[in-house]
Amino acid sequence: MSGTKARIDVNALMQAIPYARTLGITVDQRGNEITTVLHFSQSLIGNPVLPALHGGVIGAFLETTAVAQLAFEFAGGAADGLPKPIGLTIDYLRSGKPMDTYGRAEITKQGRRVATVRAEAWQEDRSRPIAAAHGHFLLKATDDAAQS
Amino acid sequence: MSETDFTQEHIEMMKNVLIEHVPHAKAIGLKVEHAKRGEAWLSVPYAENLIGNPETGVIHGGVITSLLDNACGIAVQLALPERMSIATLDLRIDYMKPATPKLGLMAHTHCYKVTKNIAFVRGTAYHTDEEDQIATCVGTFMLAANRAQPMPVGPEAAAEALKILEKNKGGAA
Repeated sequence: MSGTKARIDVNALMQAIPYARTLGITVDQRGNEITTVLHFSQSLIGNPVLPALHGGVIGAFLETTAVAQLAFEFAGGAADGLPKPIGLTIDYLRSGKPMDTYGRAEITKQGRRVATVRAEAWQEDRSRPIAAAHGHFLLKATDDAAQS
Repeated sequence: MSETDFTQEHIEMMKNVLIEHVPHAKAIGLKVEHAKRGEAWLSVPYAENLIGNPETGVIHGGVITSLLDNACGIAVQLALPERMSIATLDLRIDYMKPATPKLGLMAHTHCYKVTKNIAFVRGTAYHTDEEDQIATCVGTFMLAANRAQPMPVGPEAAAEALKILEKNKGGAA
C-alpha cells in the first residue's frame, strides 16, 4: 500500500481536529493498517429508547475514517492539507449499539484531484458492519488550489 | 394526515422531544426553529468543539451530516400520519462549499414522499440564504423500524426516555 514512504502519526493529526475529539475518535495505527475507534459516550446517542448511536455520528465517524486513511496514504502532515469531502453516501445497515465502534477505509481509486474511498464501521463482529459509506474527496492538489 | 400544519404546541413538543431527548442533538446544540407538515428547519450554532479544520476554523463536515440526518428524521416524523419508529436506510450528502467560520448553520429538510415502508427526504444546509447552499442531501428512511419500541413522542414516553437517560448517566442529574 504505502510502501517506503515516511509514516505520519495519523492519531496526532486526528486529535488536532476539534470535532473528532468531541466525538471521541482515536486512530489505532499498526504498521500500514489504520483502524479508527469511536469511543462510546452517552453524548453519541441518537435514540435513547433503543438505545442507538446517532446516524449523524456514524456518518461523521465514517467520514473521519476515510480522511484518516487518505491522510495516511498521502502523508500531508498538517490538518490544513486534509482532503475535503465532496460527497458521501452512507448506508445504515444495523443500529449502532451503545458501545465502541471501529472503522476501516479503503481507497478504491486515487486520481490526481479526487480520491474515491469506501469505509465501513462495525462493533462486535467485523463481518456484521453497522454502516458503510463511499465518498469522493478533493485532494490538496499543488497545482490546483482547492476551494476554501 | 388530518391537519395541514402544526400548531405552536406541536412545534414546542417537537423541540422538547425530538431534540431534548436525543443526546447527540443536545451535545452539538441542535434546535428546531420551525416545522410544518413534512418539513423541518433546524439550526446548529458555531462552536469551537465542532471545528473540522483548526487552521481555518471551518466546521467539520460531520457536523453537517449530524444536522442533516437529524433534520431529515424530523421531517419524516412530521410527514407520518402517526408516530412510529424510523431508521435511516441511506443518506447521501454533497458538500458544495465550506461553511463560513463563526457562523451558525441551518438545515431545511422536506419529506416529499411516504410509502408503506419507506419515506423519501431531501434537504439543504446553509447559513442564512437557502439558495446559497453549503451542502445538500437526499435520504431514505424505513418506517416502523422497530414496532416494539417506538421513538418517544408522547409525554409518558418522553418521561420514560428521560428516566433511561438519567439511569445511564449513573444517577447524575
